[in-house]
Amino acid sequence: MRCCLRWCSGTQPGSVAMGDWKTITVPVLSSDSQNTFPYTSERKRSPTSMSSQVLRLSLPSSKSMHSFFSAFCTEENIEQSISYIDRELTTLGFPSIYAESKGKELNLVSMVNCMNELLVLQHKNLRAQEEIEIQHLKLGSDMDHLQNCYAKLKEQLELSKREIVGLQERDRQLQSKNRNLHQLLKNEKDEVQKLQNVISSRATQYNHDMKRKEREYNKLKERLHQLVMNKKDKKLAMEVLNYVGRADGKRGAWRTDKTEARNEEEMYKILLSDYEQRQKQLLLENTELKKVLQQMKKDIISLLPPQKQKPKERPEDGLVLSDQEEDIGELNKENMWELSCETVREQLTNSIRKQWRMLKNHVEKLDNQVSRGHSGALNAKDVISREDHELETEKLELEIQQCKEMIRTQQQLLQQQLTCDDDTTLLLQDCYLLEERERLQEEWRLFREQKKNFEKERKNFTEAAIRLGLERKAFEEDRGAWLKHQFLSMTADCKSENLTTPSAFLRNSDPDIRLVRSTSRQRRLPSVLSPTVSPEPCQISQYITQNSVASEKAAADNKPNLWVESDDKEETEECTKSWEDSGLGTLCRNLHMEQLP
Amino acid sequence: MNFSEPFKLSGLLGRFSPDGKCLASCVQHRLLVRDASSLQILHLYTCVDQIQYLEWSSDSLFILCAMYKRGIVQVWSLEQPDWHCKIDEGSTGLVASCWSPDGRHILNTTEFHLRITVWSLCTKSVSYIKYPKACQQGVAFTKDGRYMAVAERRDCKDFISIFVCRSWQLLRHFDTETQDLFGIEWAPNGCVLAVWDTCLEYKVLLYSLDGRLLSSYRAYEWPLGIKSISWSPSSQFLAIGSFDEKVRILNHVTWKKITEFEHPATIASKKTIVYKEVEKSPTVGTERLSFPPTRELASSLFSTQSKYDISQVPVSLQYIKPVADRANPKVGVGMLAFSADNCFLATKNGDFQIMSLSWHSSGDSMLLLSKDHFCVCYLEREEVK
Repeated sequence: MRCCLRWCSGTQPGSVAMGDWKTITVPVLSSDSQNTFPYTSERKRSPTSMSSQVLRLSLPSSKSMHSFFSAFCTEENIEQSISYIDRELTTLGFPSIYAESKGKELNLVSMVNCMNELLVLQHKNLRAQEEIEIQHLKLGSDMDHLQNCYAKLKEQLELSKREIVGLQERDRQLQSKNRNLHQLLKNEKDEVQKLQNVISSRATQYNHDMKRKEREYNKLKERLHQLVMNKKDKKLAMEVLNYVGRADGKRGAWRTDKTEARNEEEMYKILLSDYEQRQKQLLLENTELKKVLQQMKKDIISLLPPQKQKPKERPEDGLVLSDQEEDIGELNKENMWELSCETVREQLTNSIRKQWRMLKNHVEKLDNQVSRGHSGALNAKDVISREDHELETEKLELEIQQCKEMIRTQQQLLQQQLTCDDDTTLLLQDCYLLEERERLQEEWRLFREQKKNFEKERKNFTEAAIRLGLERKAFEEDRGAWLKHQFLSMTADCKSENLTTPSAFLRNSDPDIRLVRSTSRQRRLPSVLSPTVSPEPCQISQYITQNSVASEKAAADNKPNLWVESDDKEETEECTKSWEDSGLGTLCRNLHMEQLP
Repeated sequence: MNFSEPFKLSGLLGRFSPDGKCLASCVQHRLLVRDASSLQILHLYTCVDQIQYLEWSSDSLFILCAMYKRGIVQVWSLEQPDWHCKIDEGSTGLVASCWSPDGRHILNTTEFHLRITVWSLCTKSVSYIKYPKACQQGVAFTKDGRYMAVAERRDCKDFISIFVCRSWQLLRHFDTETQDLFGIEWAPNGCVLAVWDTCLEYKVLLYSLDGRLLSSYRAYEWPLGIKSISWSPSSQFLAIGSFDEKVRILNHVTWKKITEFEHPATIASKKTIVYKEVEKSPTVGTERLSFPPTRELASSLFSTQSKYDISQVPVSLQYIKPVADRANPKVGVGMLAFSADNCFLATKNGDFQIMSLSWHSSGDSMLLLSKDHFCVCYLEREEVK
C-alpha cells in the first residue's frame, strides 16, 4: 500500500479551490487490499463527475472511513503519525500539538483546540461545500435551460435562414420575370414604332405615287378638254322653246365691280348677323349663369354660421368688415353694374371660391366635432352633446305629435261647423229638392205609362163596345125585320085588322127608324146605303164598322168632316171630356146617336 | 295603313314635288306626273332616251330628266306642258346633273369631271367651272340657296370656290389643308362649311363663309377615318361618324369634341332599350295542305305578323366581321340623322341593311327603310313641365 501525496496546483495555503483537483493518494495499509480507495486518480473531470467525486470525498462511506482511520495510524507508527499530524497542523497554521517543540509529550489542550478547530473548519467546509453544491446545481439547471434555449434558437435560426433563402430565390425569379416582361414590352414598342415608320413611309410613297398619277391624269384631262373644245360641236347647245323668267321675278344684272362689292357686303352681313345672334345667345347664357352663381353665393352665405364682427378699433388688422358684408357689398355693386368686364367676373368667381372654401372648412369642422362628440369628451359650448341632442329630438317629436292631434281635432270641428253652415244646408235642401223632383219625374213617367195603358184598354173597350152596339143594332134590325115579317104574315092572315094596332111599337119604330135613318142619312156620308133592304144591315154594319175603323185610323183628319154636331151633349161631352185627342170621341158620338131610338 | 296598287317604275326614280302636290315617276323613257292625293296622271312626257336621273326644281314648276348615256338633259314644265328644253352636252359627256336652288339653272358635270357647266333657263348665258373635284359631295348649296361651294383640285391640291348663286360670281377661292377632299357640307345657318378628308386621313376642317379656317379636328391618325358627317338642324352640333364605330360630336362654340358615342357589339348599359323584331309566321300542318292552295291558306301562309319585344340587356348584336383586305369595309357609322328639334341622333353602324333613315319634321317619329322592310318608329317623350 502506498500513499502518494500530490499537491494541488495553484492553490493558496489555507484555501480550498474548485480548480483542478489533482489526486492525492494517501499510502494505505497493504493489508486491506479489498479496501477501495476513496481517492481515485483522474485529472480534470467534468464538473458533474467532480461533484460526485467531491461528495465521495466529503462523505466517504462509514465502512471505508473506519478502515481508513485504522489504516492511517496503528500501534506501531503512532510516533510517526503524530509527528506527521503535527507537521501538517503547523504547516496549516495551527499551533503545534507537542508540548514543547522538541519533546514527545503531547499538548492535550492544543490538540483538543486543534481538533476543535479542525472540526469547526470541517463544518465550515461542509457548509461551504453545500452552498457550492446548491449553487452548482442551480448553475447546472440554468445551463440546461440555456442550452435548451440555445438549441431552440438555433433551430429557429435555421428555419429563418432557410426561409430567407427561399424568399430570395422567389425574388430572384420574379425579378428575372420582370426583366423578361420589360424586354418583351420594349420589343413590342420597337415593333410598333417600326410598323408606324413603315406605314408612314408607305403613306408618303403612296402619296407621291398618287400625285404622280394625278398629274398624269390632269394632263390627260387637259388634252381631252382641248380636243373636245376644239371640235366645236354644233350640237353642244341648249335649245329651249322660250326663256323662262327668273324665279324672283327680277331682271338679270351685269357683273360689275359694284356687284362684286355688293356680294362681299352681303356675305359679311350674313356672317355678322350670325355672330351677333350667337353673341346674344352667349350673353343670355352668361347672365343666367351669373344669376345662378350669385344665388349660390347667397345660399352659401346663409348656410355659414354668422361670422363674429371684428372690432373696429383694430383697423390695422386689415379686416374692417367681415367677409360677408364685403361680399354683400360686392353683390350690390355687381347688380348695379352688370358688366361682363374682367374685374367683375374675377371678383364674382373669387368670392364664390372663398365662400365655398369657408363652407368646406365649416363642414369639416362639424364633421370633426361630430366625431369627437361620439368619443364623448366635450367641453366646447358650441357643440351640443349627444344626450342633449336626443332630448331635443324627443321634445320636437312630442311637439309634432301634439300639433298633429290639434290639427285633427280642428279638422273635425271644422267639419262639424260646416254641416251647420247655412250654405251647406241650402245646398242640402237643394239636394233634397232635386231628389224629390227626380222622384216626381219618375212618378210622372209611370203615370204617363199607365195613362197610355189605360188609353189602350179604353180604346179596345170602346171598340168592343162599338162592335157590340153595332151587333145589337143589327140584331134589333133583324128583330124588327123578323117582327115585320111576322106582322106581315099575321096581317096577311087577317087583312081586316088594323095595321097599326099590334105593332104600334114597330110602326112607330119603323117610321122612327126610317126617320132616324133618313135624318142620319142626311148627316151621313153618301156612301151609306139605303136602310130598307134587310140583308144589307149586316153589310151596312160591317161597312160602318169598317168605316168607323177606317175613320178611327184616319182620325186626325176625318174627324171634323164626319160628324157635324152632337145631339146628346151630356154623354158626348162626357166622352169628349175624357177622350179628347182621339177619333174615338167621334165614334162614341156615333154610338150614342145610334142608340137614339 | 293603306297601299295603292303598284305602279311601274324604272331606275328607282320616283319623286314627290317639293310642294307635295305631285309625284313624278319614270318608266324607261317616259315621265309620268301624277297628282299626289288621287294618283291620277296629270302629264306624260317622253324623253329621247332612258331616263337615269330625275329632279324637281325647288318651286315645283320644272322637272329635269338626265340621260347620261346620250349626254342629254331635258327639262319639262308643269305649267305649260308644251314647253320643252333640251340641253345636249355632246361629246363632253354627262356624269351628273342637278338644279340650282333658284330653280332656273342647271349644273351639268361633264365626263371625267372636266368641268361643270351652268346652263341658265332665263338668259342665254352659260358659265363654266373648271377643275371640279371628282368626289362624293363636291358641290354644296347653302340652305337658303344663296351660296354654292364647289370643291376643286388643281396641281394635286384641293381648293374650294364659293359662288353667289344669284349671279354666279366667284366670291371666295381658298385652298384647304386636306390630302384628298372627300366631301363638303354647309351648316344649316349657311355660315360654316365643313370639309372632310378621305377615309385614309381623319380630318375635319371648318371654314367660315368668307374663307377663313375656323378650326380643324382630328381624332386619331392612322386607322380609317370619317365615314359620314351630319349637321344638327340648329347648326350647334356636327356629328362625325367614323370607321372605328364611334360618333363624335363637335360643338359650334369651341369646335371641340363634347361627347362621343360608341357602338359596342354587346349592349350592356342598363339605360339602353333594345327592341327586337319577332316575326311570327303561322305554321301549317302538312295534312291541311291542299293543291291548288285555297285563298285563305295562301294568304295565311304568307302573312307574317311581326311585333317588337324589348330584349333584356346585355344583348349581343349580330356582328359579322368584315373582310379585312377589301377597300371600303362595311364597318363604321355609315348613316347619321338628327331629329328636327335637335334632341335625338339616329345612327347606323356596321353593315345592317338599312337604306335610309329619316325623321319626321315634328321629331317624334322616324322612318327606317331596308331592302324589303319598312318600319316606322314612334317616340313617346315625357312632357317637361
